Amino acid sequence: MTEAQEPSQKRWAHLRKILERPGPFCHPEFEPSPEIMDFIVTSCKILVVGAGGLGCELLKDLALMGFKQIHVIDMDTIDLSNLNRQFLFRQKDIGQSKAKVAAEFINRRIPGCQVTPHFCKIQDYDEGFYRSFHIIVCGLDSIVARRWINGMIMSLLCYEDGVLDNSTIIPLVDGGTEGFKGNARVIVPGNSACVECTLDLYPPQVTYPLCTIANTPRLPEHCIEYVKVVMWPKENPFNAALDGDDTQHVGWIYEKSLERAAQFNITGVTYRLVQGVVKNIIPAVASTNAVIAGVCATEVFKIATSCCLPLNNYMVFNDVDGIYTYTYTAERKDNCVVCSQVPQTLLIPDATKMKLKDLIQTLCEDETYQMKNPGLTTTVGGKNKTLYISTIKSIEERTRDNLNKSLVELGLKDGSEIMVADATTPMTLVFCLKFQSSDVEMN
Amino acid sequence: MSSPAPKSPEQSEKSKKYDRQLRLWGDHGQKVLENAKICLINATALGTEILKSLALPGIGSFTIVDGEKITDEDIGTNFFIESDSIGASRAQVTTQNLLELNPDVRGDYIDETVDHVLAHSQDFFDTFSVVIATSLPEKVLMPLSRHLWEKNVPLIVCRSVGFLGYIRCQIKEHTIIEAHPDNENADLRLDNPWPALQEHLEKFDIPKLDNKERSHVPAVIILYYYLNQFKAEHGHLPKTRAEKEEIKRKIIESPHPDEHGIKHLEENFKEAIRYINTCVNPVKIPSNVQAILNDDSCINLHQTSSSFWVLCAALKEFVESENSLPLKGSLPDMAADTNSYVALQQLYQKQAQNQSEIIYRRALEIARTLGLSQESITETEAKLFCKYASQLNVIRGSCIADEYQKTGLDFTSYLEDPDSLLFHYITLRGLERFISEFNSYPGQLDDHVEPDLLKLKSIIGKLLAEWGCSQIIRDERVHEVCRYGGAELHSISAILGGCAAQEAIKLITSQYKPLNNTFIYDGITSTSASFTL
Repeated sequence: MTEAQEPSQKRWAHLRKILERPGPFCHPEFEPSPEIMDFIVTSCKILVVGAGGLGCELLKDLALMGFKQIHVIDMDTIDLSNLNRQFLFRQKDIGQSKAKVAAEFINRRIPGCQVTPHFCKIQDYDEGFYRSFHIIVCGLDSIVARRWINGMIMSLLCYEDGVLDNSTIIPLVDGGTEGFKGNARVIVPGNSACVECTLDLYPPQVTYPLCTIANTPRLPEHCIEYVKVVMWPKENPFNAALDGDDTQHVGWIYEKSLERAAQFNITGVTYRLVQGVVKNIIPAVASTNAVIAGVCATEVFKIATSCCLPLNNYMVFNDVDGIYTYTYTAERKDNCVVCSQVPQTLLIPDATKMKLKDLIQTLCEDETYQMKNPGLTTTVGGKNKTLYISTIKSIEERTRDNLNKSLVELGLKDGSEIMVADATTPMTLVFCLKFQSSDVEMN
Repeated sequence: MSSPAPKSPEQSEKSKKYDRQLRLWGDHGQKVLENAKICLINATALGTEILKSLALPGIGSFTIVDGEKITDEDIGTNFFIESDSIGASRAQVTTQNLLELNPDVRGDYIDETVDHVLAHSQDFFDTFSVVIATSLPEKVLMPLSRHLWEKNVPLIVCRSVGFLGYIRCQIKEHTIIEAHPDNENADLRLDNPWPALQEHLEKFDIPKLDNKERSHVPAVIILYYYLNQFKAEHGHLPKTRAEKEEIKRKIIESPHPDEHGIKHLEENFKEAIRYINTCVNPVKIPSNVQAILNDDSCINLHQTSSSFWVLCAALKEFVESENSLPLKGSLPDMAADTNSYVALQQLYQKQAQNQSEIIYRRALEIARTLGLSQESITETEAKLFCKYASQLNVIRGSCIADEYQKTGLDFTSYLEDPDSLLFHYITLRGLERFISEFNSYPGQLDDHVEPDLLKLKSIIGKLLAEWGCSQIIRDERVHEVCRYGGAELHSISAILGGCAAQEAIKLITSQYKPLNNTFIYDGITSTSASFTL
């Protein structure tokens, strides 16, 4: 961008009024000055995670709030069903990288704006990348990805003698939407509730018990789920894993679900419902994304300029009945697995009976952990020992037998430490096992 | 093993593109949306943000009325203006760039101010589904609001200044069949089952069931058995908490003990307990529905009555003869074997279908007597109407011009609440009055903030006196608005734009409940409030 193309300063006249005039509701430490606008325009570096419904809106909002050094990361490509809300994409862009198309559009429309796209997974980058931003803002539909980013930002914090080094804090602004509902929050790492502190806010995904879908189906969803989880692997109709975007695959599921429903006198299997169940589709509209991204961008602006105190710290939105918002302070969890400095302990009621698979089940199902595929290692007699890792085939095969061994059989003792890696966090979490004596248990 | 070639229904490109929203307002909602015509007055950043969230989901068409030429400030706030278009018509440029969002949408513009259009062709606005206005001066708002009120065209007025936002919906009458509430209770009719249901329910003698049979019987049947038992003993259905507890205890006691003498309560029996509280209420006509049935529009039908009111008249007759609303017809999922559940479900569906047919046929007769077209009421609409009869809604709004001319607005209760955001409404009304009087925003120029603060304070003081309000607005509130100097922050406009667009969609589709009637957004605290003024 050459200077000749740079439009006049008048372009930001509106923002300048906010940043160059004192006001009664400003942040106590706010000092109005033209330098703030200069900081926004020249050096403040923002990362937008996700270039979907919220991401497109965030890029536009941030670019028009004066930010120029914007990076966007998204591994997805554009699909026809995105076009009802992801307004930076057109029919001709289908199949292209969301991050790249979005960045090009913004850079073309807003002179001087330099959006840098990253067409990859968030896990492809390490601390060095994430540490280079002043503020990170998330517009994700995946809870696992959100938790991973949260974990990454928490892992950047440095404590010296138990005191947090404030220069290592990167504020995180996070938005989420579902139909006409949405939420926005501000996380100041080490100071306010993090994603893991409030894991209970995410409702568990609806699942149907296998016995219901196999033996006593009642709903069309039960029939579809049966075809998906039982019949597909058994019949393997296309010699491929089920792909919700492949019309042949979804067509097959639809056909078989109709047959199964007819067999049980169940009505209501439609193609749209089949798609919804197979792909776990969440309804989405342009308006809710616009609102939540607007709230998030306003918070990024407040944090970057200190012009007002940021949202403290959670807002919910719902416009099913009128327009409703509610703002409250989500509390930090004293012993949060990710953001507290408290060593984690796992209570083991009976180490002779508890098998490794039970321990893994606890890590996956307990509301505080909600892990996806935990890999466990430990040290026994000063040596590293892999207990179980599911994500690497050769190790999985080698450690599979451990699943049915009790913790005692595996050589674990009261006070042993186990190291846990999981898709939900970039860090390795350390848990100290605390065996409860069987006497206590009997009482 | 060969698998048959899939014969899945071909999905149109449109249904694929709009899939995520069709799951919310359905194909019928989408169809109405695609026939809607929107007028936007003033293509400010807020204005184009609203149209963006209407063009993307596929409204039929829009028309922009804006006589402004593009300035540097527009480029810094409005996404639908390119940087090389300074001096060009704002209506033209934003129309082009908004049209580019969605090829299904048509759009045109009038490069004239709204005053001009209103003065020369007032009926121009009459054919729109919704008129949306941003940054409208008071002197234009008054006649426009009055005119659209008379023509029964919904009007949404919005303003975005600094961290503040305001949306006001003006709707004369709005009727809603599909309100889509977040929670709704099951409609089971266990207190007064129709003969076919009663016959079915009475086939089951719960204590005689063996363990396998117990695990298959749906909660509805279990609950009916114990309700009936209670009724036989007490002569009435349980009303009090204690009486419901009694039924609950009986259900808990019902399992056959295992070999250790322990009773394990099955999932379906636990479900029966959960239904006691929500479903054992004698069938009543909810007061909101009763009010609609007693409404003058329901009693005195005429040739311009909408299908909604004709259906209400048919419903009224039904309610008077049956003393209940038509059955919803849906049975929630409950633990049971397939046959028991499906048999029960079919009973509910059949009864609902019979009742909705009665109401549909009666509505057609009423329409014929009135001389209304038979096509004005469809069977699909009648079915939805009956299904959601307990959630029917009628909103009657107020005219903005009346609100602005009203004296004696009573804000006392609001202003005594320190958390109430109503003071923003008052400062924004003051701001509008300021703009009319001085033809600029307070604080528009840097050295005017202080003097304008005094002027705005005096205007607000006068307004409060006009309304007979003894409260005062704190100086800081007035100062804050002057400090904005009319600045429009894009992110605040984006928030309001999303909200206002969704209100327009609600008004067009008659689904979900719209704002009635004033919404205030405070971006400093990220809080909001709604008021009926």
